[in-house]
Amino acid sequence: MSQTIKITVNGEIRAFQADMSVQGLLGALEIVGGKVAVERNRQIVPSSQHNTELLEDGDQIEIVHFIGGG
Amino acid sequence: MPSDSWTLAGQSYQSRLIVGTGKYKDFEETAKAVEASGAEIVTVAVRRINIASPGEPMLVDYLNPKKITYLPNTAGCFDADSAVRTLRLAREAGGWDLVKLEVLGDQKTLYPNMPDTFEAAEALIKDGFKVMVYCNDDPIAAKRLEDMGCVAIMPLGAPIGSGLGIQNPVQIRLIIEQANVPVLVDAGVGTASDAAQAMELGCDGVLMNTAIAEAKDPIGMAKAMNYATKAGRLAYLSGRMPKRLYADPSSPLAGLI
Repeated sequence: MSQTIKITVNGEIRAFQADMSVQGLLGALEIVGGKVAVERNRQIVPSSQHNTELLEDGDQIEIVHFIGGG
Repeated sequence: MPSDSWTLAGQSYQSRLIVGTGKYKDFEETAKAVEASGAEIVTVAVRRINIASPGEPMLVDYLNPKKITYLPNTAGCFDADSAVRTLRLAREAGGWDLVKLEVLGDQKTLYPNMPDTFEAAEALIKDGFKVMVYCNDDPIAAKRLEDMGCVAIMPLGAPIGSGLGIQNPVQIRLIIEQANVPVLVDAGVGTASDAAQAMELGCDGVLMNTAIAEAKDPIGMAKAMNYATKAGRLAYLSGRMPKRLYADPSSPLAGLI
């Protein structure tokens, strides 16, 4: 069995396989396209680094997008 | 009406009405209201994606950010740190540096938290953002925000979502007279005459959400706001007649039988 890591995504703890990139996470969550931003441990991960930035156990991830607002 | 554009952070816009995209029944209604309003700029909020149902429709599917300027806001932020964090995420997600900063003071009034507004504005401007700032109606605070480098000053006319209309025309006018950047009334508009009043005071524009979204017919109200903003602007440019205490007949007195 492959190693898993636990990360918190938008306040929810989830298990993923180790060595997953930010891009991999977005894919696993079925977040494709659209305008989103990812923050890892309070640091923005620029989209140019989504493929190379690997997640680690205990990471705090925020994935945001635009919604209606005043 | 001849072209009467205004310039915001180096960009020229025809419409002086900025509308929010919150509180609508669905995205379809949002898109129709925005279209009816004639707005070229819409405010949007930044929130977590619902990871439980990723396929949900998105605002960007209904309002094309290539055709309409998205103005990310910091609604719901009560301190400088969270406001700055939110707008950095917005810039990453959208690639836009024109933003609406609003740091709120308390839940009950949603009045601006001015100390944190100054702090956040400073950090954002230093970081290259073009900041449109929601603020109180104090001309001294407004001047300071302009001097710091904010690209638009946006005092409230009444509490957010209250629909009370412009409660502070004197303060708004004082802010307009001293400003060298656009001034917009942001918050408090309830109906079309309020939008017209903001423009008659000499505002460069007016920003609203609830007045349209909570109308019985939001599309109709969006259209009314579109007209009212234009009417108010034209009245301002045309120069209203002076007020008098007593009557002045409209028909000539000469030739009376």
